[in-house]
Amino acid sequence: MLQVRNLRCGYGSLEVIRGISFHVAAGEIVSLIGANGAGKTTVLNALAGLLPPWSGEVRLQGKDLSAHPPWRRVLHAMALVPEGRQVFGDMTVMENLLVGGYRNPQRRRAIDDSLKLFPRLRERAHQAAGTLSGGEQQMLALARALAAEPRLLLLDEPSMGLAPRLVGELFRLIRRLRDRGVTILLVEQNAVAALQISDRAYVLETGDIVMEGLAPDLSNNAEVRRAYLGKGYKEVWE
Amino acid sequence: MVHLLQYVFSGVTVGSIYAIVAIGFNLVYRTTGILNFAQGEFVMLGGMVAVSLATVLPLPAAVAAAVVLVAAMGWLLEVALFRRLRRHTLLHMIIITIGLSIIIQEAARHLWDEKVRSLPYFTGDECSSVRLFGAAMSPQVLWVLGITIVIVLLLMAFLHLTLPGRAMRACAANPAAAALAGIHLPNMRALAFALSAGIGALAGCVISPISMTHYEMGGSLAIKGFAAAVLGGLGQPMAAIAGGLVVGLAESFSVSVLPAAFKDATAFAILLVVLFIRPRGFFGRPFAEEGRNA
Repeated sequence: MLQVRNLRCGYGSLEVIRGISFHVAAGEIVSLIGANGAGKTTVLNALAGLLPPWSGEVRLQGKDLSAHPPWRRVLHAMALVPEGRQVFGDMTVMENLLVGGYRNPQRRRAIDDSLKLFPRLRERAHQAAGTLSGGEQQMLALARALAAEPRLLLLDEPSMGLAPRLVGELFRLIRRLRDRGVTILLVEQNAVAALQISDRAYVLETGDIVMEGLAPDLSNNAEVRRAYLGKGYKEVWE
Repeated sequence: MVHLLQYVFSGVTVGSIYAIVAIGFNLVYRTTGILNFAQGEFVMLGGMVAVSLATVLPLPAAVAAAVVLVAAMGWLLEVALFRRLRRHTLLHMIIITIGLSIIIQEAARHLWDEKVRSLPYFTGDECSSVRLFGAAMSPQVLWVLGITIVIVLLLMAFLHLTLPGRAMRACAANPAAAALAGIHLPNMRALAFALSAGIGALAGCVISPISMTHYEMGGSLAIKGFAAAVLGGLGQPMAAIAGGLVVGLAESFSVSVLPAAFKDATAFAILLVVLFIRPRGFFGRPFAEEGRNA
């Protein structure tokens, strides 16, 4: 589905991503975990075209997208749910969804489908998006991306700022999306939850992929546990 | 009482034109982040082009063609000029648009001349008048008010009921998220320029029989329109209507009590007072909230 080869990019003269390669196969949930500042969001922004890559290749279903601006990548059935929701606050929930399906001729049907996953949003269809709670806004950001009917969904920190109960709900939802045939690349600081639902994962550290593997293997890996899962400190220090 | 009404009508008439210029300001500012001080030139060009075309075409066709031509020019300006200047700051862009307005003025002076022109009255002539609540006025005043209302309603319908209009609002609210949804931002910016140029040109046509069309008229319109936009709250397209009417009414009432030369000063005095008391304008949001997410 998605193949990234030697991707380098950054801001100004600062190189943030130092030539990473990874892939996501169709039907997988792959997560990219790493500490704050490792460059996870930068990778997603580069994939979505918000940040021009310095070099390297991004292939989606075999097509090279490296030179495409963001609006054109949507045509290739890729959608990014950006960090921090970024809903259109003074527009209604329904308007947010319609704009999300801007390039999708079947947007009405797609919106109807995604509202089935988010009954709360249907109740609030005509409310301004800015008045929703944080959790609802996250659902809206997700539903807005789904209105484009992407085959590859990029999720940037979807659990950020959500109550623990909602995080569980969100991750179950991501699984359901995958079961409906959406391939998912997930970026998360919440490595425990991310690894639980992922098939595979990559560990990103200061712009480099330092580890990769099946999700269960990584969650049992001592190094990963120490650095990202917050467990194991006791074993080390006592 | 009748005198008062007369001033109200004349204030509302010029106020409508300021309001349309101000709506153009807001539309472009929200979508592109540019304060386009060449906005008044679109009004002038609309009038000039229509006057020239009216010699060969029937009046409605001349007006329609002028609106389309000036809107196309707005589109071209974005594609040829502003699209290449995205990296500049707001202040740079203001200077650039002021320079652009001078270029357009000079071009208009060479293309036409320095004579004051006007379109024929849309209905009747300069002597005909209608009475409303005892005040006499030209039927053209009704045309100005009617067309202003139609422009405002159509624009609201476009922004709130159509997909491209909603996409334009999305660009204003959060450009990055809009791009992620598949919206071609440069085209939306060009559309905002075309729309604001088009409505400006229409305003220029409908006001032409009353206040004439002259190559220099754009500059003061831009400043009054900007004042109206700031009064209403910069970035709120429809708040500009209130701003425009206040500026127009202030001007017309100041003529009744002060020498006519103070007309402009009154409008700006009100602007200053409002800005001292309420810097965001009538309906604007506090500046802290203005910081866009992107």
